[in-house]
Amino acid sequence: MDQDIKTFTISIYTENNIGLLNRVSAIFQRRHINIESLTTSQSEIDGVNRFVIVVNITEAQAKKIVGQFEKQVEVIKAYYHTDEQTIFTESCMFKIKSALLFEEPQIQNIIKESNTRIVTVNKEFFVLEKSGRRNEIESLRRDLNVFGIMQFVRSGRIAVTKDEMKISEMLVAFNNQ
Amino acid sequence: MNTQTANNTHEVAQETIRITGSEAIIRCLLAEGVDILYGYPGGAIMPVYDELYKFRNEIHHVLTRHEQGAAHAAQGYARISGRVGVAIATSGPGATNLITGIADAQIDSTPIVCITGQVASHLLGSDAFQETDIVGISTPVTKWNHQITKSEDIPSIIAKAFYIARSGRPGPVLIDITKDAQFGELDFKYEKCTGIRSYIPIPKTNPEAVLAAAELINNAKKPLIVWGQGVILGKAENELKAIVEKTGIPAAWTILGASALPTSHPLNVGMVGMHGNYAPNKLTNECDVLIAIGMRFDDRVTGNLSTYAKQAKIVHFDIDPSEIDKNVKTDVAVIGNSKDSLAKLLPLLNENNHAAWLQEFHDLYHIEFEKVIKHDLSPTKEGLTMGEVIKQINTETNGHAAIVSDVGQHQMIACRYAQFTTTKSNITSGGLGTMGFALPAAIGAKMAAPDREVVAIIGDGGFQMNIQELGTIFQQKAAVKVVVLNNEFLGMVRQWQQLFFDKRYASTEMTNPDFIAIAKGYYMNAKRVTKREELAGAIKEMIASKEAYFLEVCVEKEDNVFPMIPSGASVSDIRLE
Ligand SMILES: Cc1ncc(C[n+]2csc(CCOP(=O)(O)OP(=O)(O)O)c2C)c(N)n1
Repeated sequence: MDQDIKTFTISIYTENNIGLLNRVSAIFQRRHINIESLTTSQSEIDGVNRFVIVVNITEAQAKKIVGQFEKQVEVIKAYYHTDEQTIFTESCMFKIKSALLFEEPQIQNIIKESNTRIVTVNKEFFVLEKSGRRNEIESLRRDLNVFGIMQFVRSGRIAVTKDEMKISEMLVAFNNQ
Repeated sequence: MNTQTANNTHEVAQETIRITGSEAIIRCLLAEGVDILYGYPGGAIMPVYDELYKFRNEIHHVLTRHEQGAAHAAQGYARISGRVGVAIATSGPGATNLITGIADAQIDSTPIVCITGQVASHLLGSDAFQETDIVGISTPVTKWNHQITKSEDIPSIIAKAFYIARSGRPGPVLIDITKDAQFGELDFKYEKCTGIRSYIPIPKTNPEAVLAAAELINNAKKPLIVWGQGVILGKAENELKAIVEKTGIPAAWTILGASALPTSHPLNVGMVGMHGNYAPNKLTNECDVLIAIGMRFDDRVTGNLSTYAKQAKIVHFDIDPSEIDKNVKTDVAVIGNSKDSLAKLLPLLNENNHAAWLQEFHDLYHIEFEKVIKHDLSPTKEGLTMGEVIKQINTETNGHAAIVSDVGQHQMIACRYAQFTTTKSNITSGGLGTMGFALPAAIGAKMAAPDREVVAIIGDGGFQMNIQELGTIFQQKAAVKVVVLNNEFLGMVRQWQQLFFDKRYASTEMTNPDFIAIAKGYYMNAKRVTKREELAGAIKEMIASKEAYFLEVCVEKEDNVFPMIPSGASVSDIRLE
């Protein structure tokens, strides 16, 4: 079971340091693990960053690389979770010719039915934004592709876990030692 | 007293003085107790060298002949003393020349701090003269690294560097300092780092794991201890000895664990791994409980993992949680500092003796002795063996020497046959297998422990990788004893070619220079031995010498090191011939 390839979301809480991305990506690179997506942002704690990384690996591999992350001096804590253990989403944007809005009334239906937000419209183009699961974004892209997309971009996954991660407690414990 | 800033704790310093960044660097080193550092100057580090000149009575800078030599010398210093070794170099090529030593220190968990100069911060990213992204380059081979671009960051970052290098599982730290940060001024006060919130150097030991380990060990019929460098780094030699003696458990060592328990200890059953001893390798696959202490199941130790100790329950003591289950799945893992963990374990263990089990080791030793050891140590053939050289060194030093070996056949022979009586006496490049390590590492070791006899054992290949460090020996008057075992081959590679590539000796034969003339060129006492009758006298003379001494021993050209576990084979398929 440890040996089945699954999608894992890896969360790494770190000090805010420019060199860390290099360390983190080197750990994947050395093991030939392809990063499906990587997002880094401020976390719920001031001054603490959070990496959210999606990889397709075995649980045995996930355990080992989390160990490698935790070993890094500026990593506070790292975790891995399955899709079932997280709430996750991605977001995407489309840039499309404005003329199509009027020539292809289908597009308006697609926008409405998929809960896609119109970010801006001008004479030449309009921009759509949607967040959701990968399959929703993919199906939207396929639907719109029929009419022609000028630009498409999708973000990496962001995720929160169902379980608590107790980073604040860990930091308090350090401050009290 | 400790105080706390955002993410670190540190000791409080008293006064503040206004000084330059480069002076601050020296004052930081002094505050960390650094007495010697190894390095090489150049443009981007010149302000620091200027301060080294001013502080020359307080801190001794050793000019090596190559930055790689500086890094290895810092390693040798650290390995023999347990203190942090320091190397310093300029930007660009100076910095990149350190990398092999840094990588070596990373894989062998050696505490060193490397300081590199960097181009001025306004030039970063402009492909300036001698600019190289040393932080990027060194990231995968450092425990931590950092670039300083502001003078005022120098004290806190250097404090952190020393703390990280020496604490927990030790390792190399590189600090890159731009030239403007060296020239700029700061209000200096030094506070030693005592904690970093994202870093747990010694994880808490779980008492239940210790209990579970004790139970497995107490119930074992054929237990085997395999210890590694973790025992030395954790200063747990006495605890290991107490456990071995109380329980009567046979104990074997990895190459980096050597010397933690005297070689002659009745329960010391020898080295594991590719060229280790017959008994502990064979019996790894017969023990019922394998107790791994401060070792990491390197592939040179385990051979084929799928046939490694499958019958045994595995108890693994380590300070680094990421080592647990990394290569070998454990039944009980005890995480923590080896000294603490073993001290907690000792009272829980029953007194025992495993006489019958120990006898199995003796029986296999006897086979190894007849097939291999006898011929290595007391050869009847004409040519000299590497083994008899080591044996003679044992005799002359009573096993009190620190042996610094390079990489190859001579290394395996040195580690197999050296009689160690004192811990931290086996200094060798284990994980990286870096040819060129021994000569500079021996210099560092001798300077860190001037009262100890330091003997470097080097092949004719590896000697020529950092041969320039003879210049450092000469200039520093470092009384290192250098033994080159000359087989006119890259012996270990030749052995593989013989055994696995039908004797196609591709580029392993060496046409060597006159090593004696070279050593004499550096004004060293030097002697060449080609006959058995000359050996004992020459080694006696070398050990008696108060100064550096160079001894070349011309050994049999095509001897092989046995036993051997062919790569990919099982430990129990170890070959004696
Ligand atoms: C820097 C480096 N390059 C290459 C090797 C591969 N290698 C391992 S042992 C060896 C031969 C060493 O020859 P020598 O120093 O003469 O020692 P001997 O084996 O003959 O005792 C070589 C080339 C290495 N370990 N390190």
